[in-house]
Amino acid sequence: MTVPTATAARGTLRIATAGSVDDGKSTLIGRLLHDTKTVFEDQLQAVVKASRRYGDGETNLALLTDGLRAEREQGITIDVAHRYFATPARSFIVADTPGHAQYTRNMVTGASTSDVAIVLVDARFGVVDQTRRHSLIASLLGVDAIVVAVNKMDLIGWDEREFRRIAGDVESFVGGLSRQVPVTAIPISALHGDNVVEVSTHSPWYDGPPLLEFLEQFDATLSSLPGARVHVQRVIRPQGGPQADFRGYAGVVAAGTLRASDPVTVLPSGRTSSVAAVHRWGAEVDAAEPGHAVVVELADDVDVARGDVLVVSHAAVSPVVTEDIVVDVCWMIDQPLVAGSRHWFKHGTRTGHAVVADIEHRYDLVSGAHQPATELVLNDIGRVRLHLGEPIVADQYDHHAEGGRLILIDAASNTTAGAAMITSVTAAGS
Amino acid sequence: MTMTELPGLDHDTSAAHLDALTDEAITIIREVATECENPVLLFSGGKDSAVLLHLAVLAFAPARLPFPVMHVDTGHNFPEVIEYRDELVERWGVRLVVASVQESIDQGRVVEDLGPRASRNRLQSVTLLDGIAEHGFDAAFGGGRRDEDKARAKERILSFRDRQGRWDPRQQRPEPWALLNPRIRKGEHLRAFPLSNWTELDIWQYIARHDVPLPSIYYSHTRTVVRRDGMLLSVGGPVVLEPGEQPFDAVVRYRTVGDASCTGAVESEASTIEHVLAEVAAARITERGATRADDTFSESAMEDRKREGYF
Repeated sequence: MTVPTATAARGTLRIATAGSVDDGKSTLIGRLLHDTKTVFEDQLQAVVKASRRYGDGETNLALLTDGLRAEREQGITIDVAHRYFATPARSFIVADTPGHAQYTRNMVTGASTSDVAIVLVDARFGVVDQTRRHSLIASLLGVDAIVVAVNKMDLIGWDEREFRRIAGDVESFVGGLSRQVPVTAIPISALHGDNVVEVSTHSPWYDGPPLLEFLEQFDATLSSLPGARVHVQRVIRPQGGPQADFRGYAGVVAAGTLRASDPVTVLPSGRTSSVAAVHRWGAEVDAAEPGHAVVVELADDVDVARGDVLVVSHAAVSPVVTEDIVVDVCWMIDQPLVAGSRHWFKHGTRTGHAVVADIEHRYDLVSGAHQPATELVLNDIGRVRLHLGEPIVADQYDHHAEGGRLILIDAASNTTAGAAMITSVTAAGS
Repeated sequence: MTMTELPGLDHDTSAAHLDALTDEAITIIREVATECENPVLLFSGGKDSAVLLHLAVLAFAPARLPFPVMHVDTGHNFPEVIEYRDELVERWGVRLVVASVQESIDQGRVVEDLGPRASRNRLQSVTLLDGIAEHGFDAAFGGGRRDEDKARAKERILSFRDRQGRWDPRQQRPEPWALLNPRIRKGEHLRAFPLSNWTELDIWQYIARHDVPLPSIYYSHTRTVVRRDGMLLSVGGPVVLEPGEQPFDAVVRYRTVGDASCTGAVESEASTIEHVLAEVAAARITERGATRADDTFSESAMEDRKREGYF
């Protein structure tokens, strides 16, 4: 089941940091937390103490997010850390993701729910493989914007030409990808706080906003799907008591606005009814918006089960119900994905079998080019045709992310093996 | 009281943020409760588990809560908390399971540290895992929040535990789009953290908005305490006075509620939810730093306990 995430329309912006090892991701987040007064005194004291222990010359703000012992000892980020801060303008949820290629799957976890990816680049080294890899992943995952934070500007004497060159390199790489994402470059020093929260005096040639101001003012795009959808999680039946006859369908509104008396089609069965009432948080409401956790009562006694999708049927776009999809998949386990391999899939609230029909190509994550492939190994991303054991209500990920994403689960270990985004759907029977 | 009238909520975006957190938590609770066969909600009587239980009740309304709650009872309780627990269970008609640390000690499952500063906090992990095994629970909802601690900040919403109940922070399941994967094999279990993305302030805003009842010790009261390692510990329960320690009366409240032997009070005049919200919004010390002797013990105290199966 897709958990509703706080989106920008409701004030909260979700951010992921990306970039290579030692580009200063954790330091940047530490700086944002520190300069927005989010760091508590005891946390800061603990960081000061730990910085001394690990032999860092200055207070190492990265230790605010590198919370695992192995991370602090090695000075690297292994897994995503989530941090929270708010300014008078809005609330932020930050995923600090690992820079090492071997932890790419954790970077995918952090970036998958983000509106904005901040890709850090060390000004001394310019664009490196991880810059391209993370920009490509952010683009595939559908972030609304990439911010290129050119960090450690102080170490190159705040050289404007070098900054422009790095910004141009990222812009031309992202511009060549199949999914276009707007790129904004900002010259910063995370360590000293230049252009993070406060405007730097070192870069009079830069007339854009500091990073925080950019994030505060950024408008994330909303799903443009016109008709409301609800992936049914569970049937709510009190079985006794004053409301013994109540029968409602619990789920999250995935798109559109849901109102009482809306005509509804239950997919994949195709049965029709209308909305009798919408409940949220235990009380009846007039309307529900995307992200709302609702219970829907229908006017007729139709067969609805977990995994079904309620679709408001006056929608202009009619959804595709299919067992055959083409996806871009990020592979996350050691056992390679090959043609013929069988997995569980989970799409919305529907779980079933999935078979890999064939692998079309893998992405060269550094150049973005397509390469022929017979398998996808850990941290590879490739385009794959899947045949599902049961039909789903499928959307192209680009059009409607909630209906266009699924996970693959390893049948032996039950671990999450792949994150898949639907690139095209074939209607059943066609 | 509307959201924007509450202290610490000086703009509409925080009301919208709390809405989104509420929907997210309810969705997680429904999803795990539906996919897993035998879930349980871990209930300590603290504010986070009070909010969690409140959300769980909303998630299935008008049906009843479809799973029991489990209290891991250290035996070092604040009496107000046990009173509150029993009242709440009665009001919402939920089934209560108690896993007792004292029983674990009596059965020789754990060895209690003795001495005036002994805490049963760490022993809870064994009692918790035994309780999960005894009842065959395959998922346990906890009130843990990522903002509480740097090790918790690393944890997934669904946290996988092996047959020994251990957490391996280096082998966490990826959780793209928070598309939850609760599949496990027999003997393994999950911890589910619906409040992962909440902060202490979010918790108090929810309590204010929904008028969630709490144990009285969360609000200002006069109590006999002793100052030890910078913390105010309540005298009269499991805390034994050491030579030279002088108990005194202070006006305090609790920011967290845990084992009474290692949970400190903070000096506070905040006797209403509005005052508590104002205090939390202005706080400069984290709740755990201010009130938990167990977490200040070492830099990775929480990670170490979590690896052993702690909440």
